[in-house]
Amino acid sequence: MSKVKLSVFRGDSDSGEMVPYEVETFPGMVVLDAIHVIQAEQDATLACRWNCKAAKCGSCSAEINGRPKLMCKTPVAEFAGEEIAVGPMRAFPLIKDLVTDVSWNYRVSSKIPPLQPKPESAGKPFNLQQMDVDRIQEFRKCIECFLCQNVCHILRDHERFDGFYGPRQMVKIASLEMHPMDNLNRREQLKGDAGVGFCNITKCCTEVCPEHIHITDNAIIPLKERVVDDYFDPVAGLLRGIGIIRRPKKQPMSSVPNEQTTLHVAEDRIRK
Amino acid sequence: MEPYETFEYDVLVVGAGGAGLRAVIAAREAGASVGVVCKSLLGKAHTVMAEGGVAAALNNMTTPTGEKEGDSWQVHFVDTLKGGAFLNNWRTAEIFTKEAPERVLELEQYGAVFDRTPLGEIAQRPFGGHKYRRLNHVGDRTGLELIRTLQDKAVGVGMHVHMEVTLTRLLKDGNRVTGAFGYCRETGRFVVFRAKAVILATGGWGRMYKFTSNSWEGTGDGLQMAYEAGADLLDMEMVQFHPTGMAWPPSMRGILVTEGVRGEGGVLRNTKGDRFMFNPEYTPALYKGQFAETEEEGARWLDDKKNNRRPPELLPRDVVSRAIYREVEAGRGTEHKAVYLDVSHRGADYIKRKLPSMYEQFHALGDIDITVQPMEIYPTIHYTMGGVWSDPETCASTVPGLYTAGEVAAGLHGANRLGGNSLSDIIVFGKRAGEAAAAYAKTVQLSAIDESQLTAEVETLLGPLTAKGGENPYKIHQELQEIMQTNAMIARTEKGLLECLEKIVELQQRAQNLTVAGDRRYNPGWHAARDLRFMLRTSEIIVRCALERKESRGAQWRLDYPERDDAGWGKKNLIASMGPSGVKITTRPLPEMPAELKALFEEGK
Repeated sequence: MSKVKLSVFRGDSDSGEMVPYEVETFPGMVVLDAIHVIQAEQDATLACRWNCKAAKCGSCSAEINGRPKLMCKTPVAEFAGEEIAVGPMRAFPLIKDLVTDVSWNYRVSSKIPPLQPKPESAGKPFNLQQMDVDRIQEFRKCIECFLCQNVCHILRDHERFDGFYGPRQMVKIASLEMHPMDNLNRREQLKGDAGVGFCNITKCCTEVCPEHIHITDNAIIPLKERVVDDYFDPVAGLLRGIGIIRRPKKQPMSSVPNEQTTLHVAEDRIRK
Repeated sequence: MEPYETFEYDVLVVGAGGAGLRAVIAAREAGASVGVVCKSLLGKAHTVMAEGGVAAALNNMTTPTGEKEGDSWQVHFVDTLKGGAFLNNWRTAEIFTKEAPERVLELEQYGAVFDRTPLGEIAQRPFGGHKYRRLNHVGDRTGLELIRTLQDKAVGVGMHVHMEVTLTRLLKDGNRVTGAFGYCRETGRFVVFRAKAVILATGGWGRMYKFTSNSWEGTGDGLQMAYEAGADLLDMEMVQFHPTGMAWPPSMRGILVTEGVRGEGGVLRNTKGDRFMFNPEYTPALYKGQFAETEEEGARWLDDKKNNRRPPELLPRDVVSRAIYREVEAGRGTEHKAVYLDVSHRGADYIKRKLPSMYEQFHALGDIDITVQPMEIYPTIHYTMGGVWSDPETCASTVPGLYTAGEVAAGLHGANRLGGNSLSDIIVFGKRAGEAAAAYAKTVQLSAIDESQLTAEVETLLGPLTAKGGENPYKIHQELQEIMQTNAMIARTEKGLLECLEKIVELQQRAQNLTVAGDRRYNPGWHAARDLRFMLRTSEIIVRCALERKESRGAQWRLDYPERDDAGWGKKNLIASMGPSGVKITTRPLPEMPAELKALFEEGK
């Protein structure tokens, strides 16, 4: 049996350090397995999130040797005997060890209303061709691991949690904005509260997506173009004005009832 | 008693998988205030792992000549009862098959984006035990689509979400459930919920087995809270082993390979290269003549489903699991005690399009390319058909104020669940539970908290943090997994079950004295201590019921009672409840099916 050396961040928002561990490996071992071995055999107080262990739930996000990854999808063998450093996502407030407070993501997500079917399709089975839905099905692969939010420099470095919903929510809005049956005008939110203009297309989010969603190219850039079309393109504005370009009118966001969903967190560390 | 936070709702939903979230939507639409508690983050529940699809008789699929295949709720009903070896509650199954299509179409209105047929309708795929193509799907990530859709919709209708909170006890006022008690995982602080009605949507319990597709959450706390509150449990011996769990590499042991792989043409072979499912001994009498008898016919079925019978790899899960077990026991398994599942003949393009997450899972996690090589698979614990007895119409348990929906509830699936029926189960009965609980909440008032019920639970919870020299809960958990895997898995005998029971009793005694390090803040060791006691009691009930049922039926395969006893055990459900001196087990006659439903089985012949 060969062994693997890990150093794992232990601590909370006050203090912390990288603590060395050594565990025996087995064929196919992933970083999450190693963390579980530490919990079962060496220190059961080591905190981490996980659920499916099959890269479907997006719970075990961490920074492994500085790279944002899912622990369940990162084979130990990838590091060829080198020590593996495992730390929490750094863009979010730390709770303990590998666990961070990701509640901000849920808060902004709750500002995006669900699908509002067009009146003619409401209550009836949709008739859609596969090619109509291929594009949005890509976005709906998202497992909400929040690795894209974690690496987005608008959030991570500039801490504009007040101005930009982040790549995950751009993908969510894209899945609705490009849904052939959706009847809400989502561009006002995109331009305003969601802050699509903040993204300057560095594609860091796309690089880390474990679902390989082309976040920047397929979601954010087309959304930016739609906002530009509506708000900043004088020619398009003129052509719309004189009726040469016609687009079906969608309902304003204010027309859907806004039922309040409340997220209760143990410690109130909501980003203002 | 230390200070604790208190929240008050008309309806408290415990669990935020598909059933819980659908219940939230229904209860909100009925005007109730709703709190939902989940052990993990929102949207991470087990529903996310469901792959193949959601079964509902929409009858969207057409034959090569262009007519509809002819699916209906009646055919779905017959399939569900046959699959469940007739232990199902007929009324639960009737409601289920009638309402499933409407619930699926509703998901589309909520925002779910299903795969489409050439006619623009929702695409359906074939699955084990379903006569027609019936599984509405999104590639092989249908569960993710369902949970995200319901999550977004539930957020839209407005709810109070308590993430990463573990509940450990239901609170009662007299006979009635009036709330629940537990702790916040993050801080370890206690929390009390006062509610007029409580819906358990806590899922199943697979963590007591070694090969399991369950996450850490599958410890049966909802089941045990209901048991301790006095609820009847039904058919607890019925635990489903999914035939195709990954067997190699060990890091992936137990992780699921969707039945969709077989639905898309995947074949099972032993180490001699035989497609052993064609061995006539493996096809039960009930299914004789309904499956392809040659490999050629099985291959033709892939393109022409009307004129050919499906390959026997698509027999119900219990049947395929037993066949795999037998092949391995007969020495025709791989060095990792597994058989081969091979879909590579379908070609790389097809596999990547139809089974993208399977391809990715094996490629990334196991370094196996399923487009060129076979997988090694062995049955893994997957689902629990047994659970809290639940009224077919209202989902009420036998305790007033307590409702159940989804995997924690029992009755629909009988002795074996068909693939795809769980996703429609959660939306049909999630809705019914939400509506019934909201209606009940209008008839009662909130009750005062009885602190004496809290103090006993607090003592149980805090004990392991202060105890000295006790055992490590992980160690006892591992021993439980070993013994359950060996003696309470697919093949059961009285001798093995008795040994298992003896060991469980010993572990229960040892678990009285646990020690965990650290404090109450996000401490997995501390969480494991409470979970362990729930798992031990659930294991005990499974084993006691398995001992009691002296026949082989569905998931219950007794080597010492290999026959199905239709005249005797086939007419009885097993009920487990809390007796004065421990688990009490009784039998109850199966409700009698009305003649018009019985007639459906004659028509099908």
